[in-house]
This record gives sequence, structure tokens and C-alpha cells, in this order.
Amino acid sequence: MMKYPFPRCLAAVLLCFAAVAHAQLSIEITGAGANRLPIGIANFTGERIISQALTSVLRADLERSGLFRLVETGVEPLAESAPVNYAEWKNRGADALTVGSVTPVISGSDSRYETRFLLHDVSKQAVLGGQTYLSSATQLRTAAHRIADYIYEKLIGEPGIFSTRIAYVVKSTGRYELQIADADGMNAQTALASREPIISPTWSPDGTRLAYVSFEAKKPVVYVHSLATGQRHVAANFKGSNSAPAWSPDGKKLAVVLSKDGSSQMYRLNADGSGVERLAISSGIDTEPQFSRDGQFIYFTSDRGGSPQIYRIPAGGGDAQRITFEGSYNVTPRLSPDGRSMAYISRNDGRFQLTLMDLETRQTQILTDSGKDESPSFAPNGRMIIYATEVGGRGVLAAVSSDGRVKQKLSVQVADVREPSWGPFIK
Amino acid sequence: MPNALLALIASLILVACGSQPPAPEQTGAKVEDRTPAAVKADISPVAPVVASQVGEYTLAMLRDPNSILSKRSVFFDFDEYVVKAEFKPLVEAHAKLLVANPKIKMLIQGNADERGSREYNLALGQRRAEALKKMLILLGAKEEQIEAVSLGEEKPRCTEHGEPCWGENRRDDMLYTGEF
Repeated sequence: MMKYPFPRCLAAVLLCFAAVAHAQLSIEITGAGANRLPIGIANFTGERIISQALTSVLRADLERSGLFRLVETGVEPLAESAPVNYAEWKNRGADALTVGSVTPVISGSDSRYETRFLLHDVSKQAVLGGQTYLSSATQLRTAAHRIADYIYEKLIGEPGIFSTRIAYVVKSTGRYELQIADADGMNAQTALASREPIISPTWSPDGTRLAYVSFEAKKPVVYVHSLATGQRHVAANFKGSNSAPAWSPDGKKLAVVLSKDGSSQMYRLNADGSGVERLAISSGIDTEPQFSRDGQFIYFTSDRGGSPQIYRIPAGGGDAQRITFEGSYNVTPRLSPDGRSMAYISRNDGRFQLTLMDLETRQTQILTDSGKDESPSFAPNGRMIIYATEVGGRGVLAAVSSDGRVKQKLSVQVADVREPSWGPFIK
Repeated sequence: MPNALLALIASLILVACGSQPPAPEQTGAKVEDRTPAAVKADISPVAPVVASQVGEYTLAMLRDPNSILSKRSVFFDFDEYVVKAEFKPLVEAHAKLLVANPKIKMLIQGNADERGSREYNLALGQRRAEALKKMLILLGAKEEQIEAVSLGEEKPRCTEHGEPCWGENRRDDMLYTGEF
């Protein structure tokens, strides 16, 4: 064991850390949309034979979105093949109804499950559609998220985010863990454990890699980490500090902040760390770059005007344009997936609050009533924004819909959670 | 029992990795072109002091509470990165040491209080570290002798929420060869 070269040895330590990391995120819904669509999710036939109740995951997903109201369906399971009494469901107040079945498929020693479902429009008395999934017992939760995505898209008219994942950092005493969990906080896995801080994780556009800043070398260094293999490489480790990575929309490049030339300035480089080019020159701090979704602009925080404000420059170079003017502290710009709005943190009377700006009208709306908001990140459908905040002196994650109505809180027992980043749609 | 076994294996691996003893909170960055002078895992209790001799100075001397050089921190006002006049004698003393010992190297770690964006605070800490570095260079130290890095708000010396603590965290620390 003493002969282990360092990287393998470190990997072994990380594995041990991973094995004991079981802290699960728990989600509390603290607000809901004004007009929630009433939907019945009947128990699926065959569901009882498996330990995980598929429909309970499905119901929790839809309810958590704040856009659905669950209609009581009783315990009697309803298969997709059974006739639906529309009048009865209308009486129960449902506009939509989902029915389905789970059937074991035995092939050799491999036990898999086939999940089928149909989505009914109760008022139109018509089938809106349905799907079939084949999965192992451990993937049934994934199947439930897929069904939730399907229902959400059919009824709301935009893609659902129940199958997506989130990355965040858990800090317990003397230990930092970069974790990945399903969007409902379950299946938390540790991608990196360290004694030194980890900040600014951000997903590659294809969802296979994370870029982040780790202080394990006793100074900030930017890494790119492939989640499936656990392999990672240094993307930026120059003299001074290296931080604030942001992916270009094509996933080939990173914008980073380096202090190698004297102060914190923005650079662009290839994801493998090669081809460093400077993006802008200012006499002060330029940081927190983020590409607009069309790749045309880079939004960032700068104190070039005397206080930290948000600016943007053309990605190909050019003059900076100031975006925020209200107040003396506006930081951490994050563009919505449709490119129409920008989430950021503004300081108002000493409180740091998640704020949303309509980029066309420049109208702003403070989305929270908390005071220590940080690190906003849009869900890939733009509906929710996850961010870090503090409740009772502890770091928690919270999510709010971009209209400010739906609110959730995600926390871990006996630890601080911070630095959330919402992953892209799963292809 | 499995837990105990796991803990034993984990601790063995940690030992194999040369885990450091609980170090003082602010240990410095590794700079690639230099080997740490202090020998960590050596059994000999006197080795570190002897090994880290630099010119006419030793780390022990740099830590002598009677010497101004034992003071290593410069503090900043909120949202500021100007080295205040009260720290001038301290900075001058450290500059003198760097000038007299061109081989000694210094790591400056800038820090920020917890309020606001982590990345902006990292940049603010960097700016504080750069301000001190610039001052030391103006006083004759060589650019190559000093690396300025930032720990942002990530390694607070004081963890209470409030100005007394925040003031303590808006800080540059100066570390010398062998201390990082």
C-alpha cells in the first residue's frame, strides 16, 4: 500500500469518502403556482411487486413543480388497458388522468420491468398519449421521472426537468464534497471529496463533465471532471488564482478568470487547457463570466465603474456594455435558456437577493425574501432557478420559479449545502 | 466492526498519502518550482528548524514574537484593497527581508469576508493580495519572489457573523518559503 503512486492513492481515499457519503437532500415545498392543473395519478397495476412505488415518485415530481394539484385516486390500481370512466373523473375534479402498469419481464437471470402508461384528457375524453419503458428495478425511479417529464410537456407545453441532475457542494466539518443528485434530491453521489474548498461547479452543455474550482493545491485551480469515469484534468493553473469557469455553448471552450497578468481578468481557453486568449482588459476586477446561450455575448461582473455591476462584451471581442444600473452591488449574471432574462444577485439594504431582469425591457424583480442568496442557476427549461441561501445559520439550496410563485427548499442534515448548478436536459 | 475496519483502511490510506498533521489554518499554496524546505514526516524533532534556514534568517526567527516579522497579516476595510498607512512599517520590514534574501520566496494569500458572491470575493481577495505584492515590489522585492493568490471567503479565520469577525477575515497573510 505504501508503494502506491499518489494519484491512485488519492483515488482510493476518494472512494472511501464516497462510500460513507449518504447525506440525502430533502425537499420542502414552500409555495405553489396560482393555477394548478388538477391531475389524477392512479396507482399502476403490478406496482406492489416492486419495493419502489413508481407512482409516488411521479406524484412527488408533479406536485413539486407547483403547477399540478393531485386529485385523490384511491388505492385501486388502474392499468392503461382498462376503460376510463371520464364522467367519474370529471366529478372528482381531474382535468387529466394517468393510468398504467408495471410488468416483470424475465429473460434468464436478468429481471427487468416494463412500465406502460397512458395520459388521458378528462374534459376532452381523449387519450393524449402514452409510452413504454423497459428498466431494471433500480431504474424504476428514472422511469418515473421520464413519465413525469412526458406528462409535464404534454400538459404544460414545455419540456420537464424531472430527469435532470443537479451538482452542489456539501461542507461538513473539515470536508467538502462535490455531489451530484437527481433533480428531486435523491441518488446523491459524491464526485469529489476534499479537505479544501470546492466552488463554482458548472455542467458542460452535454452533461458529461463538470468544471469547478478546487483549493486542494492550496490555491484556486480550475479542473474539468468527467463524471462517468471520474477522470479529471487541470484546465487552468497559472501563477496566482484561477477561477469562475463557464462553458461555451458548444462545450469546447471555457471562459475562466486568471490573475496571471496582475488582476482578475477573463480569458478563454480550450477545455483541455490549451489556447489561452484574453477576453477583455480592465483596470479592476472582471469575473463570473457566462456565455449567452447563443454564444454571441459574455456577461460578467466588473467593478470598472466603481462598484460591482454586470456588463457584457461580444464574445469575439469589443466594447463592454453595462447591463445593471440600480444599486451598488449586482453580481453573478446567469442567462435564462431562452436568452430573454438574466438572474443575478443584487444587494438591497444589506440583503443579497436573487433578482431577475427582463433583458429587453430592463425591468427587474426580486424573487426572494431571504438575505444571503448566492450562485443562481437556471433549470434547463427556464422555469425554476436554484440558488444557495442561508436558513437558521445553515447553508441550504432553494429553488424559485422565474415568476417568483413556486418555492422549494433543499437541505441536508448537519451540513452546509451551497454552489448549486442545474444540469442540462438528459438526451 | 465493518465500520471500524473501513476506518482503519481509510486511515492507512491517509497515512500512505502522507497526510499532514492538522496544520495551522492558513497553509499556503504549492509552487511548482520549489521543494518545501521543512521535512514533514521526519522523525527527528529538530529537522524542520534547521532545514528551513534561509540566508541569515530562519523560520524560527520569523516566528519570534519579539520581531515585527512575526506579524504576517494586513487588514482591509470593507470592499477595499488599499493597504492602510498603519501597516506601512510591517510591509517595509518584510520588504527589507525579501531584498536582503533574494532566494526567499513569499506567498501572499488574500481573503475576503463572507458577504456576497464567492467568485467576486475571490477576485477581491486577489486584489488585496496584488496590492500588497505591488507595495513590496515598490520597496525593492523582486516580482519572482512573490506569488499572490486568493482564498476568497473560503478559509475564514473567524467564523462568527458580524463586523468584528468580518474585519479579521478581510486580510492578506504573508507566508515564507517552508511555510507553504
